[in-house]
Amino acid sequence: MTLIEQEQAEPAGEVPERRITVTVNGARATAVVEPRLLLSHLLRQGLRLTGTHMGCDTSNCGACTVLVDGTPVKSCTMLAVQADGHEITTVEGLATQSELHPLQEGFREEHGLQCGFCTPGMMMAAKALLDRNPEPTEEDVRWALSGNLCRCTGYQNIVKSVLWAAEKLRA
Amino acid sequence: MTQALDEIKIGGLGSSRKRVEDSRFIRGKGNYVDDIVLPGMLHMEILRSPLAHARIKSIDTSRAWQIPGVHLVLTGEMMATRNLAWMPTLSYDTQAVLATDKVRFQGQEVACVIADDPYIAKDACEAIDVDYEPLPVIVNPEQAVADGAPVIRDDKENQADNVIYNWEVGDADGTERAFAQADVISRLRLHYPRSHPSPIECCGSIADFNRATSKLTVYMTTQAPHIIRAAVALVAELPEHMIRIVSPDIGGGFGNKVPVYPGYVASILASILLERPVKWIEDKTGNLISTGFARDIYLDGELALRKDGKILGVRMHCDADHGAFFSDAQPSKFKIGLLHSSFAAYDIPFGHITARGTYSNKAPGGVAYRCSFRVTEAMFFQERMIHAAAADLGMDQAEFRRMNLVRDDQFPHRTPFGFLLDSGQYGKCLDVGLKAIGYQDFRAKQAEARARGRLLGLGISTMTEPLGAGNSREYDILGIKMFDSAEIKVHMTGKAIVRTGARTQGQGHETTWAQIVAHELGIPAEDVVVEEGDTDTAPFGMGTYASRSTPVAGAAVAMAARKIRAKARQLAAHLLEVSEEDVDWELGRFYVRSAPDRGVTIQECAMAAYSNMPDGMEPGLQNMSFYDPPNLTWPFAVYIVTVEVDQETGVWDVTNMVAVDDCGVRINPMIVEGQIMGGLTEAYAMSNMQFITFDADGNCVGSNYMDYLLPTAWETPGFELHSEVVTPSPHHPIGAKGVGECAAVGGPAAFVNAVMDAISDTGVRNIDMPLLPDRVWEALTERHDVSGAPPVRSDG
Ligand code: FES
Ligand code: FES
Repeated sequence: MTLIEQEQAEPAGEVPERRITVTVNGARATAVVEPRLLLSHLLRQGLRLTGTHMGCDTSNCGACTVLVDGTPVKSCTMLAVQADGHEITTVEGLATQSELHPLQEGFREEHGLQCGFCTPGMMMAAKALLDRNPEPTEEDVRWALSGNLCRCTGYQNIVKSVLWAAEKLRA
Repeated sequence: MTQALDEIKIGGLGSSRKRVEDSRFIRGKGNYVDDIVLPGMLHMEILRSPLAHARIKSIDTSRAWQIPGVHLVLTGEMMATRNLAWMPTLSYDTQAVLATDKVRFQGQEVACVIADDPYIAKDACEAIDVDYEPLPVIVNPEQAVADGAPVIRDDKENQADNVIYNWEVGDADGTERAFAQADVISRLRLHYPRSHPSPIECCGSIADFNRATSKLTVYMTTQAPHIIRAAVALVAELPEHMIRIVSPDIGGGFGNKVPVYPGYVASILASILLERPVKWIEDKTGNLISTGFARDIYLDGELALRKDGKILGVRMHCDADHGAFFSDAQPSKFKIGLLHSSFAAYDIPFGHITARGTYSNKAPGGVAYRCSFRVTEAMFFQERMIHAAAADLGMDQAEFRRMNLVRDDQFPHRTPFGFLLDSGQYGKCLDVGLKAIGYQDFRAKQAEARARGRLLGLGISTMTEPLGAGNSREYDILGIKMFDSAEIKVHMTGKAIVRTGARTQGQGHETTWAQIVAHELGIPAEDVVVEEGDTDTAPFGMGTYASRSTPVAGAAVAMAARKIRAKARQLAAHLLEVSEEDVDWELGRFYVRSAPDRGVTIQECAMAAYSNMPDGMEPGLQNMSFYDPPNLTWPFAVYIVTVEVDQETGVWDVTNMVAVDDCGVRINPMIVEGQIMGGLTEAYAMSNMQFITFDADGNCVGSNYMDYLLPTAWETPGFELHSEVVTPSPHHPIGAKGVGECAAVGGPAAFVNAVMDAISDTGVRNIDMPLLPDRVWEALTERHDVSGAPPVRSDG
């Protein structure tokens, strides 16, 4: 277990603080945070898990998607304090040391990414889908990813990547 | 005899090898600007103007300074003491870094706060009090040139009105004569709306000035690090060798990350003043309302036609709205980019274009959004005019195009505006597209559906664009000639590193440049690492935009590799103890012509370059080459779309889309197809939903992703891609032409033409993009053209 302090050493002035404990990718972490701190910022700055990207901070782009107790959540829309006591999975939690997750392989195999900025969010949204529906249709995939924007790929290959992963997971 | 290498197996030309960069991206281990943390780093936020045009009466920053954790509050006045309140643009204009006298568009940068964390910096921005005196607002060219219009750029001496330039190209007299001979004159007026490239990652920078070494390092989201280094040297008056620009992984650019933005400059000054690293990460609204937009051009176009369908001449007048500062990023000779590439693919003897640029109280820009400098407008105008002309003549859309397209035997072909087309097979591309979409069948189905009250439509668009600016005779930005460069170092074990002056933002250079080396040297692509984006290590280059990487930097890679091969040949002759003339090359290996079994591999030559070179030979195996293209490369494409329009709602759905791209030799077909699909999606977005505009007060409508709609996986239609037509560029070393933008350039007109075809019975000639349901519905019910030009009605 690690004790994580917010990046800035001395909180400014009379800023209220809360101590929270979250489990991120299987590891428990405790942090002292301002109540207004976004979960995405806790992950990115506090825990240095920079794979969770921020594209819009208005809950539209989905680049910041993580799983909270298995449910996809746009982490720019959730306060860190709301995650207290919950389990979070980020893109860094997908692969094991020796093996990529089939979604990661699928995105590479089917050229499902270009600049890579949307990719972590896409994969996390897709993981939530595959966890509950191992045999999705193309339409299921398109619907499940409709909260995630990609500016580079045009989605066709992203959809293929997810279907590739679904097939591999079933095998 | 030894087995020759299989080029596809070693990841050479034509191999769809998986992308190298993906390994880090799929693990969440990319390194984007916002991921970088430096010791002691502070955070900057920008206060923006809520008004589009107003005099600044006062700025009171005292409350902001009192907030604990605030280190610096910058205003225009403070910037001015350092001569940094204004900066030059890439188009010989000036742009305010932080406003001093007036604000000239909504979202303009007024002040910056540098604090311990971004939350505090935001709080402090809110504590700055600015007293504004509102001024009348201009949101389109008509208002800009109206009598009594307020002069937006009263900061400039000699600027008595809002006109930036008047520009013309072509043969006015010849065109006049062509129009005098015409049987039919077809006229079309429309507005290509403002659009924002909107990469998902916004702009940002981390400036790190080190007093001890006098060195300034800036990590930033830039597509053109070397140009930025030169700009910073000039703007901040720092010596160029003491500036290091690092462009780490970039989350998409699309032209948005070419210009120099005030945030970069302010973060640099803040770091110099505070002697600590200062990070600035823009939010989405900041990105959408203040950074480089694209398009915003009004067309008044005419075609002179003979009644058999031959086009005799083209005349266009364009009014370009540039916003508050003329900050287009484009070759300096051409005031409205390469707009005169319009109609290049058609064999038209005479043409004349006039263009006028004006200021308005809107964000500055005019960047090449997935586009080689305004060719997107050029091709859109062209294909919308072609569509209208065919309809005016009562001719079949496909036949009219076929009759006028440049024929294969006419290459190289000189256009009426002076370009020289290198090569192409236009008719063949059209045939492939028509066959794929089932053209004749569709026309029958369409007639039948119409009889039953259903509205089906088919739209064709062709496009060619001049890529790879440039040749240095004609192309420069601020006087810097537009060539590019590559450096290859082959290590003694035969592995290699490539560096270029380009900067990938998703195009996959780390994968494809290695493929060019594999093709030229026979070194497996997996043995070649590619590095870009650090001005301390990369050779000078103009950056990645306008689809210029493959045509220019890619060519430089090939040329550098060829020079290495020439030296390796000498080494091979030495190792084989024969004269150089007796040595032949096959992929990856030199051999003795008379005894093909006797040979040495490129790897053996590499080792010899460090361990066993002939007397008098300079050791090592490396080269650095500049490439100045002799001409531009001209890809061609045909895009065909079918749609169904719902009469009741004006909603239209894409039923089919076919894309035939002839982009010359494809280095990595998988990546090429990815680029085309991405481009088609943006084309669909522009035609269907991407909507950014202004009300009469200059408020930006479309300032966030709730209003500026980008298509998701749910709306985006499927695309059928065709690659069977390949016309190599005759002058590019590997015959490639570039492809990243073609579909975004040529695609929009196909969608619009399809909808116009579906509603052709109404007699409506034009609906401005995006073809939102209410606009289509208005056209259907009111039977008149629908303009989308600003100002839009504001609510209430
Ligand atoms: S950053 Fe969270 S949805 Fe865009
Ligand atoms: S890969 Fe660039 S945004 Fe999706």
